[in-house]
Amino acid sequence: MKIAILLKQVPVKDAMLELNDSGNWIEEDDVQFEINDSDHYGLAEALNIAKENEGEVTVVTMGPDRVKDSIKQALAKGAHRAIHIDDEEVSSSDPLTCAKIIAAAIKDENFDLILSGLQSDDLGFGQTGVLVAEILGMPHATLVVETEILDGKIKVKRELEGGWFQNVELPLPAMLSIQSGLTDIPYATIKGIMMAKKKPVAEVEADDLGVELDGGAFKLEKIYTPVKSKETTVFEGDADTIVAQLIDKLKNEAKVL
Amino acid sequence: MSQGILVIIEHTDAKVNRISLEALTGAQKLGAEMGQSVFAAVLADDCSAMTGELSSKKLDKIYALSNPLLADYTPDGYTIALQQLIEKTDPAVVIVGYSYQARDYAAKLALRCGGAMMSDCIAIQADSGNITLTRQVFAGKFNADYSFSGDGCCFISLQAAAYNADELEAGTAAVEGFAVNLDSREIRTTVLESFEGTKKDVDLAASDIIVAIGRGLKEEENLEIAEALASAMGADIGASRPVCDDGWVGADRQVGSSGQTVSPKLYLSLGISGAIQHVVGMKSSKYIVAINKDPHAPIFDIADVAVVGDLFEIVPKLTEAVKAAK
Ligand SMILES: Cc1cc2nc3c(=O)[nH]c(=O)nc-3n(C[C@H](O)[C@H](O)[C@H](O)COP(=O)(O)OP(=O)(O)OC[C@H]3O[C@@H](n4cnc5c(N)ncnc54)[C@H](O)[C@@H]3O)c2cc1C
Repeated sequence: MKIAILLKQVPVKDAMLELNDSGNWIEEDDVQFEINDSDHYGLAEALNIAKENEGEVTVVTMGPDRVKDSIKQALAKGAHRAIHIDDEEVSSSDPLTCAKIIAAAIKDENFDLILSGLQSDDLGFGQTGVLVAEILGMPHATLVVETEILDGKIKVKRELEGGWFQNVELPLPAMLSIQSGLTDIPYATIKGIMMAKKKPVAEVEADDLGVELDGGAFKLEKIYTPVKSKETTVFEGDADTIVAQLIDKLKNEAKVL
Repeated sequence: MSQGILVIIEHTDAKVNRISLEALTGAQKLGAEMGQSVFAAVLADDCSAMTGELSSKKLDKIYALSNPLLADYTPDGYTIALQQLIEKTDPAVVIVGYSYQARDYAAKLALRCGGAMMSDCIAIQADSGNITLTRQVFAGKFNADYSFSGDGCCFISLQAAAYNADELEAGTAAVEGFAVNLDSREIRTTVLESFEGTKKDVDLAASDIIVAIGRGLKEEENLEIAEALASAMGADIGASRPVCDDGWVGADRQVGSSGQTVSPKLYLSLGISGAIQHVVGMKSSKYIVAINKDPHAPIFDIADVAVVGDLFEIVPKLTEAVKAAK
């Protein structure tokens, strides 16, 4: 069984992001990057499925040179090979352009299963996987928290709203976007890290795939700090002073002490 | 020339979901700015309850897409049916609420119709026909404005509470049936059973004080720092989703769109960034204190008191001070 996991690299969760001078993106220079959160669950699920079904997991990542670190990490965790779609501009691309590029890069692989995370923690469109499925003519399911391969099809458990879940079945090949939660995230072992060095990483240039890179139907005009809607008292600085001020608030405003 | 704004209605138990009423409100406002009419589409095996509910709203028309194959939502069923309606009615804009269902099919529908979608928007503006969409990026740290310049239809999904459903204008709306050409073989998903998740042991909705922990706590061992504060304050522990996903605390302590909705006297959050999915579950708390080291953390936007600092330094001191104050 051939399984792809679409994996995105995003700023680390703790990054103190600042806007760039032109106000059209963040200042990336001092920022570190890591694998997107729900993509970890996608990778974990891909590895689980592969283990039980004699599968091979291919990591598919688009982005500039820095994404190679995340690819290495995924290979160290047990993925078998990778496709790196080299694209300097990926951060500002719209999801449809991203999906077209990814679909063009992987269409000849004939994957039985394509997995992605539910959404990225940077732009969070939550569309790329669904669009790849549509372009490649595959059925899909989103918000998936459990999977079970059956004969020629896959049964999945989807998260619904209000604490409900739903089971659905899809014929293979299919695309699933994975919600965080029920699987354990694998760690890279020393052996895994050693083995990762020998695993093949195919390099593809985004520009060579014949996709029109016109930026899509939506143009990012500006990015900015949102205006607060609520009046907020800000405490910062010395911890002892903060604590004294907080106690006062808890007593006199929150009235819980 | 494409004309009009189509809103796709979502419903549960034969009632229109609030997020769709919000989408209709946004569409009415956009319609007024653009000089465009608003119409709605309902999909079900029997649409009459929903079309009845909407017929007292100010809408140009409500299309009822009644078909037994639309009794259960499936991405294929909805996409095929709506594509037929969109090709027939040729709207300039399609709006849906950003629900779990919309996450599942709306982008696919947009592409099928030769359009594109901007997801999870919090505001729409139209200035002499040009549409600008605002949405949160980097998990709510910043907002981004996008302009639409596509040739096709502009699909927009709106975040919950982006518009206030109470402002939906009343009026009258004509209901028209729309016959969908759908074959069961075209629907690739087989819908099986639905069921409720595990029962809750803790009812945070009844808590007076919640100390809520997020990934900023770094490691499960650090849980005791939060527990010490909670026990000093007589508080219950709540948590963000990742903390529950990692199993530090039970899933029944999760606050947010896929967890519990709470409104305690005090919500004290430690190392929670304030992603919208978390905030919807706690923003109606009477008093909110947030401790976070990132001055841009979106949790501060809704906090009464924002403490910018290291929780590992502040919380132990706070615990001692609370004990002393009691
Ligand atoms: C469909 C869907 C449903 C979801 N449902 C929910 C839900 O119900 N509930 C929920 O919570 N989330 C939900 N999420 C996830 C949500 O989007 C966020 O990813 C999540 O809330 C983030 O959790 P967090 O704030 O703990 O972690 P992070 O976003 O990683 O934030 C950690 C914070 O800790 C701060 N921090 C780090 N170290 C320190 C320190 N030493 N001192 C002080 N501060 C520090 C950081 O600055 C950061 O702001 C959902 C997501 C999706 C897509």
